[in-house]
Amino acid sequence: MDLFLSAIDILMRWDVALALLAGSVGGVLIGAIPGVGPAVAIAILLPATFSMDPIVGLTVLLGIYGSSMYGGAIPAILINTPGTAVNALTTYDGYPMTARGEPRRALSLAYSASFFGGVFSVICLILFAPVLAKVAPMFGSREIFLAALLGLLLVVVAHRGQALIAGALACLGIFLNSVGMEPVKYTQRYTFGQDFLSSGVNLIVVVLGLFALSQAFVLLMDEDEKVHLNKLRGGMFQGLRELARHPRVTAVSASFGVLMGMIPGVGEFTAQFMSYTYAQKTSKRPQDFGNGSSEGLIAAETANNAVPAAAMVPLLALGIPGEALTAMMLSVFYVHNVVPGPALFQNDMDFVVALYLALLVLNVLVLVFLLFATRSLVQVVKIPNRFLGVCILTLSFVGVYSLRNSATDCLIAAGFGIFGFILKRLSLPAVPIILGMVLGGIMEVKLRAGMARVKEPLDFINRPISFILFIIIILVLASHLLRVWRDRKELKEAEWQTKTASTSFGQLMSRRKNSFLKDRGKEVRARHSKLLRRLRGLF
Amino acid sequence: MTTERERRFVGPRRGQLIFALVFLTLSVLLLALIGEQTAWVKKTQLFAQPRFWPAVSLGGMVLLGGLHVYALPWRRTSRYDLWEARLWGRSLEFAVWFMGYVLLVPLVGYLPVTLVFVPLLARRMGYRSGWMLGISVGFAVAVVVVFKVVLGVRIPGALLYDYLPAGLRSFFILYL
Repeated sequence: MDLFLSAIDILMRWDVALALLAGSVGGVLIGAIPGVGPAVAIAILLPATFSMDPIVGLTVLLGIYGSSMYGGAIPAILINTPGTAVNALTTYDGYPMTARGEPRRALSLAYSASFFGGVFSVICLILFAPVLAKVAPMFGSREIFLAALLGLLLVVVAHRGQALIAGALACLGIFLNSVGMEPVKYTQRYTFGQDFLSSGVNLIVVVLGLFALSQAFVLLMDEDEKVHLNKLRGGMFQGLRELARHPRVTAVSASFGVLMGMIPGVGEFTAQFMSYTYAQKTSKRPQDFGNGSSEGLIAAETANNAVPAAAMVPLLALGIPGEALTAMMLSVFYVHNVVPGPALFQNDMDFVVALYLALLVLNVLVLVFLLFATRSLVQVVKIPNRFLGVCILTLSFVGVYSLRNSATDCLIAAGFGIFGFILKRLSLPAVPIILGMVLGGIMEVKLRAGMARVKEPLDFINRPISFILFIIIILVLASHLLRVWRDRKELKEAEWQTKTASTSFGQLMSRRKNSFLKDRGKEVRARHSKLLRRLRGLF
Repeated sequence: MTTERERRFVGPRRGQLIFALVFLTLSVLLLALIGEQTAWVKKTQLFAQPRFWPAVSLGGMVLLGGLHVYALPWRRTSRYDLWEARLWGRSLEFAVWFMGYVLLVPLVGYLPVTLVFVPLLARRMGYRSGWMLGISVGFAVAVVVVFKVVLGVRIPGALLYDYLPAGLRSFFILYL
């Protein structure tokens, strides 16, 4: 009880209340504008939060993170365009509901499901906090190194079909983190004799380039789309009643969200996919999924909104961010000399609970705001793309330049902006670069500290948690390799089925003989032997 | 005809081969420079060597980047790849706009440059009506007020402000 009172005491400040309001309203607005998304907004606002108290700065950022998904459901349902990437699944059932004249029902259901997901996850985590406080101190250098490695591995293997390039980009992130003056032996690494590289490549500069500037370039080079909005009819409170009719789907989806959110690198997409599949398999009307099913909408929205609070668990308990947004938040902690990790749970538990309570209040604020302001809010989806690009480019300047007032930083950010633009054009992920940078730094420090205390390599995993983490890493790798092998086998089978020519050895030889005997074959052989003679003549 | 391998590839075809080859070439070049750009310290464990993490990361970039190139279903560039590369080059225009804005702010001032930059770029993007001009100017003022006045982010005063009268100068440096 004392813990709660001291947590409430931390929150009872006008600047925290203002941060909550700004975060919730701002997050909804940002989420509702397709093409902006929370990553861009957080990247731009990050340097501005450095001058605030940690609780105020984190509340603003968490507010944007938590509420953007509420806002992202609006364009997903009304114009079939997800406001944020994680609202893509909402379009499956949300838009068909709009198409058949029930946009209000869809919106209200999405808000209610999101609210339940958000509140459920915060309550779970508040109840779970004492357990975390007991487990977190068991994590030493070796365990944190292995957990960071696992997080990075999960991020890479989560990009199905792109794991190789995702791994290469994660390695690029680790490399970027290693550039500059090395802090133990004081030697230079890849500075090419340039002073500006001695202090290393700043994470926020890279984040702003890869997320904000690249998005501005994408929008500036895009065409404006004409948006047609349907009129909203019906009550906004019907969703709450309808949600109560599907308690099983709601509870299971929220649980998936909490579980997946806690695992670094997994996040919203897996949670949504699992919830949606579960809801469809157990539904009495599975044929409605994808055609405006209320259960499908509930599964998608509940799962994605349960993730933000859960994603704070690895960050707060171990200091390991599981995805790009929490990686950005980590820098707010570092700037204020608050080191997230086991010590935070032991010494500043009230701060952790205050953060969770702030998230709880935030969900209530967002729901109230949306229930009353949706009619006016839907107009933001009409902002033209290219003008949005102009706005993001202007705002990105504040983000980069206010950091160190350095034009070089801006040049580096512009370079990463172009790189991020190329990645977006090729549908390649930028998140592994950011996580590589953050987790690479953590892994370097923790491996050095961990190896200093072991005599033999196997001693590294001689503690229960480190052993479990090691086994999980092996299992993840093995399952990924198995999946790659299966995909390859399937591909071979498919290629075999679509192949028109025979692959029997006898026929191959016969085709080869025919080719040799034809005029064209003779010509080619003569050319080849001529080239071979010339080559021999050289030696 | 599209092959099964191409059909199963995640993402568009255009530009993939060029990107993968450039990425791999740069990774190999950086790895080749490792002896020159990092140090090997005597009497120090392998994991504590300054060269260890650059070697791991660049090794990973070369290995995984190489495997990615090998796994690509295309071995030749097409005209679509070149069109895509040209489009990447076109994004440089906006990087130049951004750098122009960055370089002018310390000379002319945050508010004056933003007041010109936003409407000008909006005009370049095809928004030429008076209504959009007004919105652009309003947005520019709002950005400066929110970030410099309300949030107090660190953007130093311009060189031009030095020529202003003393009273105005400090106001301009602090708030505009």
